[in-house]
Amino acid sequence: MTAPIIAAKGLRKRFGAVVAANDVNVDIMPGTISGLIGTNGAGKTTFINMITGYLQPDEGSILLEGGEIVGLTPRDVTRRGVARSFQIPQLFNSLTAVENLTLAEAALRSRGFAGFAMLPDSALEKSARATLERFGLERFGDSLAGTMPEGIRKLLDIAVAMVARPRVLFLDEPTSGVSSEEKFPIMDRVIAATRADNMSMLFVEHDMEIVRRYSDRVLAFFEGRVLIDDKPDVVMNDTQVRTLIIGEEKAHG
Amino acid sequence: MNGLLGAVVDGILYSAWLFIIAVGLTLIYGVMKILNMAHGTFYAVGAYVAVTLLGWWFAQGLPPWGIVPVMILSALVAGLVLGVVVERGILARFAGRDPIVLLLVTYALFLILEDVIKLIWGVDPWIASDPLWVFGQVEFGELIYPTYNLFIVVVAAVVGGLLTWFLQFTAKGKILRAVIHDPEVSRSMGINVGRWNLIAFITGSVLAALGGAFTAPTISVVPGMGVEVVVMMFAVVVIGGLGSIPGTVVGALIVGFVRSFAVHYWPELEVFSVYAVMALVLAIRPQGLFAGVELRKI
Amino acid sequence: MNRTFTFLPPLLGGAALIALIAWFLPSWNFVLAIGLAKGLPVLGLVLLMRGGLVSFGQGLYYALGGYTVGLASQYFGLKDAAALLVISAIGSALVAFVVGLLLSRYRDIFFAMLTLALSMLLYGILVKSTELGGTDGFNVHGITLFGIPLTGADRMNGLLLLIAVCVLGAINLGLFGATAFGRLLAGVRDNEIRVEYLGASADRAVLIAYVLAAVMAALGGAMSGIIVGHIDPEMAFWATSGEFVVIAILAGTGGVLAPFVAAVVLEVVRSFAYQYAPNTWQLVLGLIILALILFLPQGLSGLVRRGPRAVNAGEKS
Repeated sequence: MTAPIIAAKGLRKRFGAVVAANDVNVDIMPGTISGLIGTNGAGKTTFINMITGYLQPDEGSILLEGGEIVGLTPRDVTRRGVARSFQIPQLFNSLTAVENLTLAEAALRSRGFAGFAMLPDSALEKSARATLERFGLERFGDSLAGTMPEGIRKLLDIAVAMVARPRVLFLDEPTSGVSSEEKFPIMDRVIAATRADNMSMLFVEHDMEIVRRYSDRVLAFFEGRVLIDDKPDVVMNDTQVRTLIIGEEKAHG
Repeated sequence: MNGLLGAVVDGILYSAWLFIIAVGLTLIYGVMKILNMAHGTFYAVGAYVAVTLLGWWFAQGLPPWGIVPVMILSALVAGLVLGVVVERGILARFAGRDPIVLLLVTYALFLILEDVIKLIWGVDPWIASDPLWVFGQVEFGELIYPTYNLFIVVVAAVVGGLLTWFLQFTAKGKILRAVIHDPEVSRSMGINVGRWNLIAFITGSVLAALGGAFTAPTISVVPGMGVEVVVMMFAVVVIGGLGSIPGTVVGALIVGFVRSFAVHYWPELEVFSVYAVMALVLAIRPQGLFAGVELRKI
Repeated sequence: MNRTFTFLPPLLGGAALIALIAWFLPSWNFVLAIGLAKGLPVLGLVLLMRGGLVSFGQGLYYALGGYTVGLASQYFGLKDAAALLVISAIGSALVAFVVGLLLSRYRDIFFAMLTLALSMLLYGILVKSTELGGTDGFNVHGITLFGIPLTGADRMNGLLLLIAVCVLGAINLGLFGATAFGRLLAGVRDNEIRVEYLGASADRAVLIAYVLAAVMAALGGAMSGIIVGHIDPEMAFWATSGEFVVIAILAGTGGVLAPFVAAVVLEVVRSFAYQYAPNTWQLVLGLIILALILFLPQGLSGLVRRGPRAVNAGEKS
């Protein structure tokens, strides 16, 4: 049996009276793709924020390949091989797609004194264009990130995150705000890139069809707890999941 | 003993003066999120208008008790004209820009208004010191102050009292607090934020001009007199916390007393001490002593 | 490395042009020198602006450079320009590093105000201390470069040295723009959250830019002290820093040559303005800044927010 790449144990987090994480235990195995479902306020984004250092859990531990990462800053967590995308894409809006990726590459190479080394434009741009091609974004290379359609921004946000060459990738609602016909192509690209780099990936998703099709396993969160953690078919047919989560999602369209 | 008493009295007078002008600056920032670099120049305009009107008043042989209303009128005229012209004519066109861009806009305004002053009033000093001894004098032990100098404390108390009353105890004040707290939400609730911007800017300008008007008889009014004032006011509002009125009181007291004690005991540290305190406060609490912490949201 | 060096030909051309003008119009070399000396702090300011930061306190380092020259020559008899420049640069870099550790946590208005406060702090010390010349400052005499005189009748030598310093400063910053840290600045301006989530330190990029900007300002102040032959506390006053900001806005963040062009042009125009319109000079300047901010696409784009492509290097490709 292989060791999990991420092992979150007993995570708790309160915001005043709201309990966003109530004894959350999650293991992420190397090379797997996990879908994370749950109603709004179930603690999905809080979970990602705790793992990536944006929020500190009140209690609990998060091991990345056996090493504790609770208490580290987002920067340090990223440097250890965890990257993420955001519900609202975090891009460099006054720069083009190519420049966003170039800057990401520069960020990767700015650790320590290496940051004083000059980076040749041609090589940076070449690798940026290659990344764009991988995600099917070649057409948008010279468009400003701030003016792109939402679906493209989502994809670029993921592409930028992957420039950091993570071993684990967290995607917060990669297809929200995207038209339904765009969703599958986006996920196809992302999954292909993830598999090609042999990354582990966890994505938050409201569309059950997407979850069913792309996940190796599914986690269902409810009121800050893990309700169930199993194969997609098992989770989707679980009575509690059907009433508490899927029913709710349908009701809210 | 006289040294200490003098330092304390000067500290109070100086704090009162700082408060009147700085509270205008912080009010404008609170509502509009604009740090007005031309605020010191507004102060100067108030002083110029006051000297001009006072000169006319005394030339007509009108009774000296009338100078207080004259000075208040000067401040109202100067503040109203500047406020309306600058807010409607210039700032409204830059609404919604980055705070740093707005800072540069007000810096340009500062440059423009400094020259406008020279064009209107020339480059020679204006002096109207008649009011200074009109009201007699007050003695603290062996220290003698013109009664006039104490007016500034009354003005500061009235200004502070009126602002507090308006913001805390009136319906309109409640609306203004909502605008200060969150302009976007206020707008969605149907509050006319643009109108409140104008009101805040005019009020802030009047307060700067009021400070200038009451100071005018005690100094010679010259071009560039607002230049050092504005940085001193920055120190006050930054120490207190930008946009916070109680913070401005505390900031004015800190700067006022630090400077007064420096002048009395370590004159060579007069300028240094104020900015040293400001740098120290910012280093420990970047948001100032009184402003709430804002967390960035992903 | 192709595009990285595209700024070189215009830079060297500009340097040669200035030298030629000064050669044929010797009466202008004083104005040109002041313009170029101010161009150095502006060059650093433009670098900071690329990271979205505006410093209203570059006068701190301008004065530090000037007073280093003044004090070292007056009290220690050090008269060699090369040594004085090196000491100015190292001294200001050390000060900027320590100050920058504190400052690099701040952005926006707070950065602007804190830099302003720090320069006023130095101003406060300078005006009140008689040992440092008080309000009047003091004169700087007889600085030479390896024995070559730089001032008085030989001011042309001083100007050539200044041009050389400017070119070196510009090359230095031009190349910095192509490093990882230099490239990060645009990201710090646009979205720090993403910068941190790429594993990079926004604060460190700001710190490095701040130190570089300080060194540039100190070199400018030092050269100004050498060529003008006088230093005073005004160098640290916030209006001086404000003037650098004005020139930086006029220059835009386009390249490393623009700050010098803007500074020299402004100084030349000013020499006329002082003669013919002493009381409307700032007014016109203010109006120009307003117009630039108002009419440039995306507001301050060419200035604070840069347009596309510019991330590629210190220069537009």
